[in-house]
Amino acid sequence: MSLKTRSGRVRGSGAAKKGSGHFWQQRISALALIPLVIWFSWSIFIHAGDDYMDVRSWLSQPVTSIFMLFLILAGCTHMRLGVQVVIEDYVRPEGAKLTLMVLNNLFSTGLGIASVFAILRIGLGA
Amino acid sequence: MVHDRESSRPRAPHVQIYRWPVTMATSICHRMTGVALYAGTVFLAWWLIAAASTPAAYLAFKDITGSGLGVIVSFGYSWALLYHLFNGVRHLVWDTGHGFENETAEWTGILVFGLSVGVTLLAWLAAFLPRG
Repeated sequence: MSLKTRSGRVRGSGAAKKGSGHFWQQRISALALIPLVIWFSWSIFIHAGDDYMDVRSWLSQPVTSIFMLFLILAGCTHMRLGVQVVIEDYVRPEGAKLTLMVLNNLFSTGLGIASVFAILRIGLGA
Repeated sequence: MVHDRESSRPRAPHVQIYRWPVTMATSICHRMTGVALYAGTVFLAWWLIAAASTPAAYLAFKDITGSGLGVIVSFGYSWALLYHLFNGVRHLVWDTGHGFENETAEWTGILVFGLSVGVTLLAWLAAFLPRG
């Protein structure tokens, strides 16, 4: 049973025009993160305390690198979208809201890119 | 919370007085752990960058995160991660339309709190017990 108005059905969107993409991206990244975080937590448990050489030889393995890249992609998407909602909820002044939105995107993608670079650097041979 | 204008009138206590439903606590914790994990991602990136750099850089990472404060932060981060994971599954179940009955929402909420604390404690105990 659709809750859309007739004109909404014709125009194909709700009052906010968009937002369902955000909803799905958040759910899909969440689903991906379930196995990835379980794998990551277990791996950290095993490898905690490893020295430089051991941690690098583990990270350079193809399966490890690929899973880590997936983790970073899903994690950075999920955290960016999550904090976006928090900012939308609590920040009233429009200028502050926009600034924080930009910073959120910068932080999330920046950490993602830096992490991907590090993994590739280790995996492809320093 | 955000106030649009200052008021000199006294406010009635609400957070301290109102009885906290489990569902309210789980919802707030989900958001708080989410924000905490967001901040903690810095440590994940630092770990990877240190491992991609020199042995000295990695040693510095280990020293700082292995300090007393570092261990406390790591412990908190691990609980936040597990809590957010378990409660996240609870949220995804809600997205399918199930689990909204009061009793169900309540016991699953208690389960999420219990599981996250339990697994965190187990993991840290196991990590510190001698192996073999």
